[in-house]
Parts: sequence; C-alpha cells; structure tokens
Amino acid sequence: MGAGNQRRKRARQVSPAKKAILFWIAVGGAGFVLVPWYALQDSIASIGWLKDYTGKDNAPALLQALKHGRVWLLPIIGFFIAAAALLQLPISRLARANGLLVVGAAGFVFFLAQGFAIGAQGWSFELLTTMFGPLATGQYGMGWGAALCGSAFAMLFALGLAERGYFNGDAFIAASVVGIAVSVAVFTFYPVIRILLSAIQDQGGALAAQAFFARMFTEKIWGVGCLAGAGRCGVAWNTLVLALLCAAGCTSLGLAFALIVSRTGFRYKRLLRALSVLPIITPPFVIGLGLILIFGRSGLVNQFLEWAFGIAPSRWIYGLQGVLTAQIFSFTPIAFLVLIGVVEGVSPSMEEAAQTLRANRWRTFVDVSLPLMRPGLVNAFLISFIESIADFGNPIVLGGNFGVLSTEVFFSVVGAQLDQGRAATLGILLLLFALAAFFAQRRLLGRKVYTALAGKGDSGLPTPLPDRIRRLCYAVALPWAALTVIIYAMALIGGFVEQWGRDYTPTFKHYVKAFSIELTSDGIIWAGAAWNSFWTTVKLSAIAAPVTALMGILTAYILTRHRFVGRSAFEFGTMLSFAIPGTVIGVSYILAFNVPPIEITGTALVLILCNVFRNMPVGVRAGIAAMSQIDKSLDEASTTLGARGLTTLRRVLLPLLKPALVAALVYSFVRAMTTVSAIIFLVSAEYEWATTYIINRVVNGDYGVALAYCSVLILLMLAVIWLIQRLVGTRRLGRREVAIEPGMAQLGGTAA
Amino acid sequence: MKAASIEFRKVSKLYGEIAAVKDVSFTIGEGSLVTLLGPSGCGKTTTLRMIAGLELPTSGTIAIGGSDVTRVPASERDVSMVFQSYALFPHMTVLDNVSYGLTVARLPKAQVAERAHAALATVGLTGFDTRLPSELSGGQQQRVAVARALVLEPGVLLFDEPLSNLDARLRRQMREEIRDLQQRLSLTVVYVTHDQSEAMAVSDRIIVMNKATIAQEGAPRDLYEQPSDVFVAGFMGDANRVRGMLTRIDDRLGELAIGPLKVRLAHRGLANGAVDVSIRPEAIEFRNGNDADAALAGTVRKAAYIGGSMEYTVDTAIGQLFIVSMAVDRPLAVGASVSLALANHGVVPIASA
Repeated sequence: MGAGNQRRKRARQVSPAKKAILFWIAVGGAGFVLVPWYALQDSIASIGWLKDYTGKDNAPALLQALKHGRVWLLPIIGFFIAAAALLQLPISRLARANGLLVVGAAGFVFFLAQGFAIGAQGWSFELLTTMFGPLATGQYGMGWGAALCGSAFAMLFALGLAERGYFNGDAFIAASVVGIAVSVAVFTFYPVIRILLSAIQDQGGALAAQAFFARMFTEKIWGVGCLAGAGRCGVAWNTLVLALLCAAGCTSLGLAFALIVSRTGFRYKRLLRALSVLPIITPPFVIGLGLILIFGRSGLVNQFLEWAFGIAPSRWIYGLQGVLTAQIFSFTPIAFLVLIGVVEGVSPSMEEAAQTLRANRWRTFVDVSLPLMRPGLVNAFLISFIESIADFGNPIVLGGNFGVLSTEVFFSVVGAQLDQGRAATLGILLLLFALAAFFAQRRLLGRKVYTALAGKGDSGLPTPLPDRIRRLCYAVALPWAALTVIIYAMALIGGFVEQWGRDYTPTFKHYVKAFSIELTSDGIIWAGAAWNSFWTTVKLSAIAAPVTALMGILTAYILTRHRFVGRSAFEFGTMLSFAIPGTVIGVSYILAFNVPPIEITGTALVLILCNVFRNMPVGVRAGIAAMSQIDKSLDEASTTLGARGLTTLRRVLLPLLKPALVAALVYSFVRAMTTVSAIIFLVSAEYEWATTYIINRVVNGDYGVALAYCSVLILLMLAVIWLIQRLVGTRRLGRREVAIEPGMAQLGGTAA
Repeated sequence: MKAASIEFRKVSKLYGEIAAVKDVSFTIGEGSLVTLLGPSGCGKTTTLRMIAGLELPTSGTIAIGGSDVTRVPASERDVSMVFQSYALFPHMTVLDNVSYGLTVARLPKAQVAERAHAALATVGLTGFDTRLPSELSGGQQQRVAVARALVLEPGVLLFDEPLSNLDARLRRQMREEIRDLQQRLSLTVVYVTHDQSEAMAVSDRIIVMNKATIAQEGAPRDLYEQPSDVFVAGFMGDANRVRGMLTRIDDRLGELAIGPLKVRLAHRGLANGAVDVSIRPEAIEFRNGNDADAALAGTVRKAAYIGGSMEYTVDTAIGQLFIVSMAVDRPLAVGASVSLALANHGVVPIASA
C-alpha cells in the first residue's frame, strides 16, 4: 500500500482532533476531580498537601463543592460533560465544532466569572451581595486544579476553531494561537488594565475620576519651578528632558562608532564591536557605580582635586548630568547596533553612482549616504528614548534629588508613601510616553525594523569618510570608548579593595563575604551572603529562558507563516509588553496578582512569569528576523508531503532556526539575570534577585560587595553565552557555515 | 500508484476585494498532463495551490479522485508538489529529503529506505544519498524535488514553474524528462508555466488563464490555431491583430477581407460584419511586385537576422505587421517596398471584443 493511500486512509480514520478533544476533557476533568483547586501554601511538589487532601484548603473542586460549600464550582464540570456528550452525539463535524466553540468559550467565561466574583470574603462586589445575599464562605487564589480546567476550556475552544476550518484546520496552530493569546491577555493586558483601574480609584477603592486628575496634575509631576530658578521641575519634565538628551547623545555617538567601524581603516574595530556587547550582559547599574567610583564624592577625580588644589569634594555627579552620562554609556551600544546594520546596508553602488556623477566624498556623504541612513537614525533615537524613560538602575543609583518617573513609581510603592493610586498614575504616564515612542517608531519605520539589518550591501566598496567627518568621529568616539573601558575596569577593581576612597588595600574580603563556601563534614555550606539571591536568580532565569525562547519562536512562526482573522491584534498583543517600562509592569503585577483569583505575588512563579512575558518580544523579534530568511515554500513542501504544523516546525524549521533559538535563549537568560526594574517590586524575603540584592548593598553604601557581585554576574554571563554557543553550535548547510552572530544585532531591546 | 482526476466547480478565491481566481470550472482526467498557462498575476499559481490545499477557496468546490476535498488541509490531500524554488530542506541530505514524506507517514524504516532509493533511481540520482542540496547542481536539485514528490505515489503531482531556475539547454532536457516520467508512470500532472512553448511541448491539454478566469482550454494545437479571443491568440505565440470584414459563404466557410487582401477560411460561427483577425507572423508571405491586385503594399521598417529566420516589421495600410520569413538567403533591406499576401493557414477571425 502506498503512502498516498495511507494518507487517504488517515483522513477517513477517527480524526486526530477527536483524540485531542478527549485528552483535554480528561485534563479538565482531572483538574476538577483530582488536583487541589486552590493555590497551596507550599509548592505542589512538596507532598505536605496530600496529608490533608480533603481539607478546605487542599481539596479538589469536586470536594470543595460538595463538602465545603463552594457550590459555585459545580457548573464547571458540567461544561466538560457537555463537551464529552458532543463527541458521542451523531452530529455533523460542523455542528460538533460549533458546540465545542460554545462549550469552550462559555466554560472559560464562567470559570473567570466565578473567580472574579467571589473572593476571600465572599462576593467581591456589593451589588452581588445585595442581589444574592452573603455567601457563607469565600475562596482563595486559583491553584493547579483551576489552571488545568482553565487551560482545558481554552484548548477545547481552540480545537473547535480548528474543526471549523480556521488555521487551515491545524489543531496545533489553533491551540498555539489561543494559548499564547490567553496567556498574554492574563499576564500582560490584565495587569495593565488593573493599573488603569487603580489610577482612577480613590484610597477606598471606589471609582473616582477626580482622584485620577488630582493625582495626575500636580506640581510634583508637571511643575516648572526650575525654569524660574527656584524649586524643582516635575518628574514628567525631568523624564522627557533626560530622554531627549540621552537619545540625541546615544544616536550621535552610535553613528560615530558605526561610521568608524564600517567606513574607516581603524585598526581596533573588533574591540569596538566587543564593547557593544558589554551592556547586554551588564547589570543595569554597573555603569552608574563605575561613575561614582570615578566622579563621586570620594571618587578618584574629587580626591585628586582635593589633594592637588584643595577643592572640597562635590556631589556633582548626582543629578541630571550623572544620570545622563550613565545612560549614554549604557545605551550607546544599542544605538550602535541599530546603526551599524543601516550604515552597512547603504548600498556602495549608490555612493559609487554619486561619485561617477562628479560628487566629491563630502557631497556624496551629505547628499547620498546620510539621507539613506535616516531611517536608522530615527530608529536609534527612538530606541534610546524608550530605553531612557524605562531605565531604573541608573536614576536610582545616580539620581539624587533628580527624580524621574520610573524611580518615583518605585518610591510611591515601597517608600513611606505606600500610595498605589499615585504609583498607578505615574505608571500610566510613563506608559503613555513609552507607547508614544513605540508607536512613533513603528509608524515611521513600518516593518523595516526586521529586515533593515539583514541587508549586506551589494558589490562595490564603501566610500571612505570625508576627512573632517572622520576626524570628528575619532575625536568623539575614541575618548568615549576609552572611558567605557576605564569604568568597567574600576567596577572590577572596586570589588578587590578595602574601601574605595579611603583605603585601597587589596583584599578578597568582599568576595568572601558574598560568596564564601565552607566545606564541612556535612557537605558544602553556602555561607556567603549572596548565594541565596544568586541561586534563586540563576534557577528562575534558567527556567524562564527556554519558556521565553520557545514562546517567542512559536509566536514568530505563527506571525510569519499563518494568516488568520485577528492576526494583527495578535501581533500587537505579543509585542506590546516590549514597550511597557519595567517599573510599570512591576506595579501592575503587584496590583493584579496580589488578590484572588490569581494570587501569586511573593512566589517564584510570579518572578518567572514576569521575566517570560517581559522578554518574549525579544524572542519574537529574533524569530521573525530568522524566519523571514527561510523561504515559505519549505513549509509548504513539508505540508504537501503530509506534515502538519507541529511536524513542520519540529523537523524543518527548528533545525534551520537553531541560531535564532540560541540567540533567543541566551538573551532571555541574560535579560532575566540582569533585570531590575520590574523584578524589584516582586521579590520577597524568600525569593531575592541578584540585582535587587546589589541595589540594597549600594543603598547601604556597601560598594565592595556590590561590585564583587556585579563582576561575578558579568563573568557568569560571558561563560553562559560561550557555553550555549558551543553546545548548540552552528548549523551545517553544505559548504556554508552560518554563525549565530547575525542574530545578535537584532536584539538591542529595552534592557533595564 | 493510482492517478486521480481533478474537478473544479465554480471555484473563486478572493483576497479582500480582489479576486485571484474567479468562478473557475474545469476537469482534469486521470493520467493526463495539463498545463495552467498565463501571464503573471492571472491566477494560475493560486489555482495550483488550491489543488494542493495550500490555499482554500473562498467559494466553489474542489474534488480529487471523485471525493470532495474543498476543506481538506494540504497535509491530508493525496497531492504532491514540486516547487519553483524546489524547496529542498537545506539541512537534510538528499536521502532524508526524499524519505521525508514517508517518515511523516510513519512507514517502517526498511520500506522507507527501499522506496526512497527507488524514487532516486527513477530520476537517475542513485548514489547521491548523502549529499546536501547545496552540493548539487540546479538540474540535480530539480530531480531531488521530483523524487521527493514522487515517492509518496500521489494521485496528483503538481509542478509550479519547475524550469524557471534552469538555463535554456537544461530546461528543454528537464521538460522532456518530466513528460517522459509522467507517461511512463501514467501520472496526473498539473503544470504551471508562463512559457507558451514549454506548455505546448509537454501538455495533453492547456488551460489558458487571464485576469483570474479561464480564457480558453484545449489541446495545444487547437489553442494555437483556433484561439477563441485576441488574448489567447497573442499569448499563444506572436500574432498580428488587425480588423477585417467577414462574409459567410456557406455554413463552414467565409470570405475575409483585410484591406485589399481576401482570404477564404472557416468562419467559426461568426456573423457577417467587422471582426478582429489574428495573423501569425509566419502566415504573411512576400510576393513579387507584379502580383499587385491581390496584394498589400508595404515598406520594410526593421529587419533582423536571428539565425534560422528573418524578422521584419513592415508598415502597411492596415497597420504595422510583424513578419517571420524563412528566406534568410535573400534578406530584404530596411526601406524596401514589398507586397504582401496571406497564407491559407495561421489567419483566424475572432469575434470583436
């Protein structure tokens, strides 16, 4: 029998969809009958909950409904029974598909509705209490049982879509789209909606528009006192001025570096390129610390001035100038990565054409090259702008009295103020700034962002720079590069001296304090103060990275290879979290996930989820860039040979996407390790993050340990990048070796 | 292997407002090679992709082997396709590429190897198992693509402009191989091309498409000699398009007057009166000047020697005419006065558009 016949037969067999439907009904049923419905105190892996399996905290939904009076859970199983009935009834495929859509959607809506309507104290809304009378018992945050049921409803809905013929009837694609959409909705949109709601609620929780306006339009945010020479300016103006200056600075420096690397005979190009990777693996406040060591009150410069000229040390570095300097150091490499692609992409033949038309080098540069680079310049400017307003590490280390939105949001929540409404309001303002820049970027550049970096000029040699431009580039860029090296060197050395500014005796004591290990008869004791946060960070980042990378690549595959209704909304949703500053995410997670139905603050889960959904757009971008280089006919060939979506992805695309996958993996890991802005809101005593530990040391003036820790992190991440590259290797496509470098350039992204 | 028939009934494919394929119906019999021919953007590739299931129609039904597959996804259809770019998986060896469909169908390993080798033998690539696609020439890649599609013994085999990436000499050889293979294995083959001579060389039947609809369908010879409209006449080889007056003589023949020229030919059911006329370049003959009364006077505007023949552009009272002449020994000079007459083939009256 031929494979063709087999294929024909396969089409007539019990449809694979039927099996999948049964599977998800079983999952939902198990989630309802067997698995604890509510969130457990401890991890599900610890078996403590088994001892009190039928108790009101640990019981599965069925027992909760029958034994503990939580009867509102009972209808949930009804939806699964209805789905099972659909399979048994002698009805057409279309009718069954419609039935599944209804059951899945209705089940999911009911599932959410009961979660939101009934909280720990019974009904969550006054209206419901007056309508139905008070409830005898409330409920806690959802747990694994609930998660299984919710997923099952979403998947039954997806299978219904596939059965109806959406997504070319491919159940895997339908399930992926629904799964990603639901999780992005829950972990990106829902928190943002919560922050919007919080901003327009007064302290009591009632909706009050005037509360929002009262918080929004205050002197502290919009004041212009500094212009009159008296008082301070509002944080909104501070943020905008800082961002504009930073974007201008980063773009000019980035362009200078890009021109040197691509258009001159400069000998140490490789070194410049290497410098550009540094900030990606650097915790976001290392530059700030380095600047303090050099320009701070007890920094080298002040000490020299005092020693030589008797000038009293100043706190000059703290404020706008300090933050701006640190940010330009931090984000110039990202601007460089954006610009180098564009500068190299300018076709040499255009410049040669200009020269054959009698233009000299200067005219060629001004009339042809520079205008062709304009999209890159705009892009670099906007990306630096977004980076600057989202930046948290540098302002918190160097800001002093110069407040910006991201730090003000933080102090509103953690400081003495504890004003969530104010934090939400400031967060919304920050979000608006970021979104404005994000949309401006997309508007101005369209989809070119993805492909602009792929272009390698065609034949011909890039025209050397005109002399005056070249000299200007050198004069600006080289001192800057030297200073970068010095700052990193200081940060490294700072961990090895007794106390910077007072006592430069070499010592290992900071490393010992942070990372000492004691070998005893009982085995290894991780005695150092930093080990707890270190292992938490490494472990949770290692869990988050593969999830991020796979979700990102899967999303990229769906976006580039499938056309369906709502595709652009899907794309917007998955890319949105890229534009949301970390502090906004942090606040919104606290607001959204501190109360049932999803009560996960203080757990490791929330840290993982926060990293996954913040970094996913990076994976998506890497995936889209790589996918756009793979001819679509490869997928189609695979499809016509009988492979479904999952098989095609696994056997054809993933092997070809290996470099992109590695890049996404490395970046999600590194970004998770170095993140501060969002995570600082979500850490707890039990789960501390490396970066937040370091910031606490800095705040206490304990620079030695902080710098030692930073150095360890940088080295660790260099090692990880090297290791992953070695393990996954390069892909072999005949004579050509394709290294993973090209993917790197795509991934500037918002760090912070 | 069981070749399957294909039937399109009133199939349309819309992209938003734009129709890529509009209300198309045709039947392709088992074991025949049918070409979809037309200019780019005419809907031929969309039609092919709808047979494969890579696009689903907006309306209408598609049947393969007698059963309705309109909503069946590509992976479940008994159809294989050879892509314009070949779409060989670059990370797999030749053997892995050819085995791919068999392993997706989860056949036993021994059977996979045996059939993959048989398919490679069919296309004359025995011994190339461990090569990567990038290590093959264009023609060899083409053969791997064919073997990969053949190995599933599909009811229908599709070719999407399979020769467009090959050089001219290889193109002729490959098209002969494809035709040979199709007849040897009596496959149902649908073949997309925009090259009229390629279509005529390989096809049992040709479906000419234009602006999302079928312009004409028939055997290659019928399309060339009896085009149903001006578009088909122009697309199936070069044609001069002029106006003429038709007068019926009996129920088959008519007399066609084009300027001073008169010719007897089949009137093809056209009514008396003004018609469009398609004249093949080789259907215009040069006459000696003294044969004046039945001839059309003209002046040679351009003359080009292209090896086997001469190509002339001649200004006449009925317009500029493109003429191909086999008389390469006695070329006419630019500016020469000539008189022209029509041969009794290659002139076809067409209903005025």
